[in-house]
Amino acid sequence: MEMLHLTAGRVAGLLSRRGVAVFSTSGVKMASHGGVTEQTDMSVPLYCDRLDTPLPDRPYKDTLSAADKSLKQKEKGPWNSLSKEEKLALYRIMFNETYAEMKKPTGEWKTVLGGIFFFIGFTGLVVLWQRYYVYPPHPRTLDDEWQAMQVKRMLDMRVNPVEGFSAKWDYEKGQWK
Amino acid sequence: MFRAALRLSVSGARSLTRSRPQYTASVAARSYSHGKQETDEEFDARWVTYFNKPDIDAWELRKGMNTLIGYDLVPEPKILEAALRACRRLNDLASAIRILEAVKDKSGPHKEIYPYVLQELRPTLSELGIPTPEELGIDKA
Repeated sequence: MEMLHLTAGRVAGLLSRRGVAVFSTSGVKMASHGGVTEQTDMSVPLYCDRLDTPLPDRPYKDTLSAADKSLKQKEKGPWNSLSKEEKLALYRIMFNETYAEMKKPTGEWKTVLGGIFFFIGFTGLVVLWQRYYVYPPHPRTLDDEWQAMQVKRMLDMRVNPVEGFSAKWDYEKGQWK
Repeated sequence: MFRAALRLSVSGARSLTRSRPQYTASVAARSYSHGKQETDEEFDARWVTYFNKPDIDAWELRKGMNTLIGYDLVPEPKILEAALRACRRLNDLASAIRILEAVKDKSGPHKEIYPYVLQELRPTLSELGIPTPEELGIDKA
């Protein structure tokens, strides 16, 4: 019970201190506002280049130059009287990328594959460093000399003499069968 | 869900005085286990009527085209002709070209569809003076 009272008191003290801290940090935040980057206004119709949405909510070019405006006027007349360049200009006023441009391959796969190989390579370097700086010393039981002595000992002990290890050793001739 | 969204967008945004096209009727592309199935001809007729509205506005054209392209089918040339004529009434050549691009894209791997559609639309294209993307050179990036 005594401990409880103590901790409760400590917590209360902490809370009051934290409360003060909260006020001060929020004040700092408000003072330093203006670091936010400009965001798209999502409350108005937006343009998008999408294969599944051929006609976006608004034309690509909002503000038209005088030449564009006169072209738009000409568009109200017969389209046969428009030249190819004018028709193309009208398209570009309305849209940003053509379908062909939207579908153009990006070559992103090269970046992805390159990144994969780079990091595999980096991992290889890390493994190599580990080999020299992290691994403990080589156990002597893996030396050829020791292994030979081990094999001899196993044969002397007749390890698995029926079907296994020693069964494969020809004891008369002193060699493997 | 898509049907409900359509109903919401159609009824919510447009005035009630015009007769609203029945987006909420079952579409030939869907398979419901109940209700009357719309035939392909009914589907086509509905869309031709939609684009043939004399005083169609730009929003309705965009909405119609985007919805149509959202379906799992390539629109019949007669629907596209109605849409191109709607573009003409709205003085929008760029959208007409865009529609042709969308049809080609919609055909996907079936390369024979787009030339067929162009062949069927050739009289309309010549009459209205709508160039194909190939004629403008925008079929290649």
